[in-house]
Amino acid sequence: MEGAGVQIAFWVLSVLTLVAAGGVMASRNLLHAVLFLIVTFIGVAGFFVLLSAEFIAMAQIVIYVGAISVLILFAIVLTPQSVRDNSETAMVGPAILLGIALSTIFLFVIHDTAWPTTNGTPALSASALGQALLSTWVLPFEIASVLLTAALVGAIMLVRSETEENEDVADVDA
Amino acid sequence: MSLATDHWYDFRDLSNLSRVILEGIDKVAPYELAYIVAPIIGFVAAFVIFVLPSQLYVGVYGERRIIGRIQARRGPNRVGPFGLLQPVADAIKLLQKEALTPKVADKALMWAAPVFFVAPCVLLFAVIPFGPRMVFADVPAGLIFFIGVSGLPVLAAFIAGWSSNNKYSLFGAMRIVAMSVSYEVPLVLMLLCVVVFTNSMSLPAIVEFQRETDLWLIFMQPLAFVVYFIAVSAELNRTPTDIAEAESEIVAGYLTEYSGMRWGLFYGMDIGYALAAAAFASTIFLGGWSMWGLEQWVPPWLIFIAKTHLFYLVFIWTRGTLPRLRVDQLMGFAWKFLLPLAVVNLFLVSLERLWWLEAGLGDGMVFAFAGINIVFSAVAIFLWARFLGYRPESIPTRPRLVQKAGGYVPVEDPPGGGK
Repeated sequence: MEGAGVQIAFWVLSVLTLVAAGGVMASRNLLHAVLFLIVTFIGVAGFFVLLSAEFIAMAQIVIYVGAISVLILFAIVLTPQSVRDNSETAMVGPAILLGIALSTIFLFVIHDTAWPTTNGTPALSASALGQALLSTWVLPFEIASVLLTAALVGAIMLVRSETEENEDVADVDA
Repeated sequence: MSLATDHWYDFRDLSNLSRVILEGIDKVAPYELAYIVAPIIGFVAAFVIFVLPSQLYVGVYGERRIIGRIQARRGPNRVGPFGLLQPVADAIKLLQKEALTPKVADKALMWAAPVFFVAPCVLLFAVIPFGPRMVFADVPAGLIFFIGVSGLPVLAAFIAGWSSNNKYSLFGAMRIVAMSVSYEVPLVLMLLCVVVFTNSMSLPAIVEFQRETDLWLIFMQPLAFVVYFIAVSAELNRTPTDIAEAESEIVAGYLTEYSGMRWGLFYGMDIGYALAAAAFASTIFLGGWSMWGLEQWVPPWLIFIAKTHLFYLVFIWTRGTLPRLRVDQLMGFAWKFLLPLAVVNLFLVSLERLWWLEAGLGDGMVFAFAGINIVFSAVAIFLWARFLGYRPESIPTRPRLVQKAGGYVPVEDPPGGGK
């Protein structure tokens, strides 16, 4: 996409996403941090729209804003100590080091990659994406679903309480 | 077949009128003025043809009137003729009421929650086709857009409940999130059935599919329609399933600490979301603006709005008729009843679509598929309900708790026959 509107949109989205990402790190309240994270996700979805990848933008909103952030909120509300205090931790130093290392790697990769450019609008339709996922990339796709199933089973096993366990045993006996 | 001409007096397509007005302004005024006038025209037109009749008169006034009728009382009937000015009076009352904020609340978030709640509702209508050419944003993945954006108010409601710092609010917030996470799954699977059947994710294309085959998707996908209705009323907190603000259990759920216009925004936008869901359902399942050729004589947008209101009336009807369910009943219903049905239906629809494409059958096949799907839906609902033990009971039996304890146990006489 070209034009002044797109330029303005790009800069507004950049500021929004970066400020929100800063807010995730800076806010002391963990719930505020999650809400900033949601704003970051929405900003990234906006970038996908600017890249003419509407379907991926929608998927970003459905999956990250609609599902994943809701699960994070659940986790925060269900762990009482973490809700209202995001206090100091001994891991600050290692975390900063790790962050610097990661961003260095990303910067090098971004700098060294030869980014192909086209003048036309790249056709990234949902059906093309589906074709690619189920033909070329079918193995990673299936591995991802197996991983998710394993995570689901693991989560259910973790949260089963003693009484439920006993009830099931009683059901089998009866 | 052209549905509408380009003449300004052709009211079958309202974009003609606005285009003529804008072109006229462009000739006499500097270039930029048209850009300022266009949103004003759009706002006024949207308000007059949709927001005023739907939000205020079907949503606020009509809903209270009809529920009053169902519950054998009168409903609003004092302000103006037949109580028609009641929505206006309510709005004035809400505007001048103080919006309280508890001392221990998270003030910034409590202020922001209604704002986050209102904004997505307006976005939802951007992809809805009101007529053949009357769609604001013809997004190729419009259906996904609708699902994604309609998930945002849940976050706003959660923020509202959490920031109030009140236990009832937090209960309501947890419940609304749990409900939305559960009911999103069968809802999206059923919409996937529609996408597989019509081979498109764009809402205008789905309407076009229904117009070309002369059959609405409610007949081709009856199970999807039923599940969509149940799931969407659970997500919207409509009364048979409004456990997130159940006033008999948790005061007013996530709205407990809200008052004045902040509460008013939640109330008004609840109706807005219900209308958006009704508009979406009439686009997907009821043929949108098409009506078996009638759209050439009656303005398509009028047909579409009539269908939306019809769907909304079903919402009101269920709200006035059915009692509220318990939270565990609703959860079990979503995961045990709706989800397996959705998966089986998706399998059946995919088989039909594949057979249709492979065998190169004509459009007439949709009638056969409609017959198959109607029979399948009835049988599947009946058998699966029987299997799960949701049996219609005409004679009330003993309560389940009593049965589990082994019937009524007589109390043994205390020794010595004491009193």
